[in-house]
Amino acid sequence: MSDTAMAAAGLGKRFGRRKGWALRECAFRLPAGRVCAVVGPNGAGKSTLLAHAAGLLRPTEGTLTVLGTSPAAARERMAYVAQDKPLHPQLTVAETLRWGREMNPRRWDRAVAERVVADGALDLDAKIRVLSGGQRTRVALALALGKRPELLLLDEPMADLDPLARHELMGTLMADAAEHGTTVVMSSHVVAELEGSCDHVLLIGSGRVRLAGPLDDLLTAHTLVTGPAADLDGHTVIESRTTGRQTTALIRPGGRLAGTWQRTTPTLEELVLAHLRSPEAPSLHLDSDDADDPAEPVEAAV
Amino acid sequence: MVEYRIDRRTGVATYLQIVQQTKQALRLGLLEPGDKLPTAREVVAATAINPNTVLKAYRELEREGLVEARRGLGTFVRKSLGAAPADSPFGAELADWADRARAAGLERDDVAALFNSVLDTHFKGDQG
Repeated sequence: MSDTAMAAAGLGKRFGRRKGWALRECAFRLPAGRVCAVVGPNGAGKSTLLAHAAGLLRPTEGTLTVLGTSPAAARERMAYVAQDKPLHPQLTVAETLRWGREMNPRRWDRAVAERVVADGALDLDAKIRVLSGGQRTRVALALALGKRPELLLLDEPMADLDPLARHELMGTLMADAAEHGTTVVMSSHVVAELEGSCDHVLLIGSGRVRLAGPLDDLLTAHTLVTGPAADLDGHTVIESRTTGRQTTALIRPGGRLAGTWQRTTPTLEELVLAHLRSPEAPSLHLDSDDADDPAEPVEAAV
Repeated sequence: MVEYRIDRRTGVATYLQIVQQTKQALRLGLLEPGDKLPTAREVVAATAINPNTVLKAYRELEREGLVEARRGLGTFVRKSLGAAPADSPFGAELADWADRARAAGLERDDVAALFNSVLDTHFKGDQG
């Protein structure tokens, strides 16, 4: 699958002329079939980016294409679940699903929607307003997945859910991705819980793309080194801390690493935190068109 | 059927955990030739991990000749591993030995250390 689910070039957004840029010079490419985490601190521009993909906002400059076309033209083939998950509080679960079918007469997959609801053991006759946050999210997800979208956009889907509900909903999402090859793009500021589920990452900081690419490639492009304080010339140092005689640093190796350094591959959380603590660190894009055949990572000679 | 447990803190890659747990089930006779592995959908629904991780693990098992993917049907065990199913005489003897070690006051760590040291002596040079 070399299809592109989402691609941005020079994407910028400014709300009103006096305000700053919410997004600036964003460029990335997300291949179809991936589960992509859009991570970054609150206010970084994650929601703004998703709203552009959903066709709810127009770029001030640059372009964003979705499923090979404009967001407006792709509307039928994608689903978007906003952070506040708008549902009609007076409808029952069953009525909500019927409403979903009426809204999407050509694409509605009743079996999929009903299974998502059944997996959560929801009472079909319960009104939306009496449901818990996790149950509401499940109904919103049922509406979105019942549309059988090629691209599913989720804005902070797991916020305000307890750990069990998060795990169950993520399981439901992954099962749908496994069965239908749905491309999933979800934003979150809780990074650790996404690590096992996503295989592609977009890190947004201050409206810019800081990291973009397949998760494994991004992790192996970085090394966490620990050792007696020494210079790291020749490597790109993202973050470095020295305590007494010991230095800990997250680097992008630029060649041979001295043998005195102990090295490990960072976790996604370590990678994200180091970049957020170092706003000046250069961005890294590993999602160019030939990303299916990534450049050999620099071999760290012992 | 096996059920995979994913531990995110071990530092072992998730797909390797699936490979190792499958091999463990093959060694213990919990999986036998002809048995079907859970579908990627079933695994990810229970564990919330990425589907591609499961597929990667199954590809690795297939590459090692342990399982085969049958188009549209699923992934099936081709051959078992080792000769020590859970109910073999060796298992019973080991359980008996462990009981005696415990009765003699050995702790779990002592037993593990002892067992590993015997393993190292008797299976020197063999692949783990």
